[in-house]
Amino acid sequence: MRMLRQFLLFTFLTCSSLSVLASDLLMVRTQQSFPEAMLALQTSVREHGYAVTRVQRIDIGLTGMGYKTDKYRIVFVGKPKEIQYLINKYPVLAAYMPPKISIFAEHDETVLVTANPKIYADMIDDDRDKILFKRWESDIYSVFDDIRNAE
Amino acid sequence: MPKLIRMKNIVVFFVLAFSVNAYAAPHGDELYATYCSSCHGVDGKGGVGVPIALPSFLNSVSDTYLSKTIRSGRPGRIMPSFETLSDAQVSAIVSHVRSWSDKPAPEENSMVIKGDAEHGAQIYEKFCSQCHGDKGSGGKGTGVTFSRKRELPIIAPALSNVGFLMSASDVMIRDTITFGREGTPMTSMLVAGLSEKDIDDVVAYIRSLEKPAAELQKSLNGVHDEPFAIIVDSPYGLDETIENLKQAITDQNFTLIRTDYLEHGLVDEGKENKKQVVLHFCNFGFLFEALTIDPRIGMFLPCRVTVIEKDGKVQLTTINPKRLSLLFNNHELDESCNEMYELYSTLLEDATL
Repeated sequence: MRMLRQFLLFTFLTCSSLSVLASDLLMVRTQQSFPEAMLALQTSVREHGYAVTRVQRIDIGLTGMGYKTDKYRIVFVGKPKEIQYLINKYPVLAAYMPPKISIFAEHDETVLVTANPKIYADMIDDDRDKILFKRWESDIYSVFDDIRNAE
Repeated sequence: MPKLIRMKNIVVFFVLAFSVNAYAAPHGDELYATYCSSCHGVDGKGGVGVPIALPSFLNSVSDTYLSKTIRSGRPGRIMPSFETLSDAQVSAIVSHVRSWSDKPAPEENSMVIKGDAEHGAQIYEKFCSQCHGDKGSGGKGTGVTFSRKRELPIIAPALSNVGFLMSASDVMIRDTITFGREGTPMTSMLVAGLSEKDIDDVVAYIRSLEKPAAELQKSLNGVHDEPFAIIVDSPYGLDETIENLKQAITDQNFTLIRTDYLEHGLVDEGKENKKQVVLHFCNFGFLFEALTIDPRIGMFLPCRVTVIEKDGKVQLTTINPKRLSLLFNNHELDESCNEMYELYSTLLEDATL
């Protein structure tokens, strides 16, 4: 039964999540306006069980200093227990947690970018913990799918 | 037993579903949406990447050029290489892109054009370098968000880029110089006064740039050995380290934005681990410059140092921008990452002296 479950998980991960480029940097474009895309992002993140811990308004800071910019925000996301566990065990990850998703306007479209969580797996040694990042990767693919399909 | 049968049925379903997915003819529109649209736009009108739906572009490049570009990318110029796509998938993407043009694709012509590269270099310097950069290094910046005006459809390509030189034939380069690209700042150099021989010489010069570009790529490989984070032990207690860091941030002309607990937003307010503190800061001029180079750099933002006290030991941690620069495939950004690395190192050193 355990082997069956592992096989199904493997097959699911292989067959799904193909809508975003599988590289170290994950990107998705949506034809939604920035506010719509931002709402879709936060909704999907929460539906996947993650908390939005903060939204950093990069554009506001830049505009306040006299620079001309389009809308640009950073959304911090994470699951409390997982983040706490990782930071306590791996000091190197303290610089990267919670993970971030950049969201910025390109005219009337919106682009989202994030680091593929698999890069965090390269920072640690314990294979059992690396599985966690595989799930994060699967989830971010799914979130990006939601945003694209929300159009 | 019925439960086991159900599980078997599920396995059969997944196997069949996967098989159909693997052997079905690839759909160019779906593949384009998956691999290309985030940079080049849903309709190929550009964004982070160049606009590939421009008629003057599609009418002057062969399918071979498009295929080779997908395969080799543009090392150091954002566009990744898609080595894992099958030939059928690449062809499907090319067909989809080609569907935006009502004219047939130009035939690939692999004729080698001979010319005087030395003379071509002189002409290049006079007519081309203003847009295409010194020795074909390309225009600066990426995308429409910060780098260029909305109405400017393209940033001049890096002609020395190894991916470009692997993809473009001599004839394609010659024709582009000769006729220009309508809808872009690239004008006809024949009209501008160059002779056909001059143009051949420029082609020979551009082709001669191939080797230095390959060497440049090779020189970047050492970055893979960089650690992911810069971690420094502090000889001081948590509070004193934080105060030292605040002073160092100000001394380096950064603006301290806020000081937070690392668990902010993850747990209820007041229940955060008080021994895990993050200082967020910014130099807005530097930030704007970096965003102009590459708008995708959000994972660097805002600048921050994490200070953690654990078992009586205080440690400062920050990202290593040099290592992260690998994610972006952007040589122009590498310089800013090196600068940022030096700044972070100085901050951590100053805070722990």
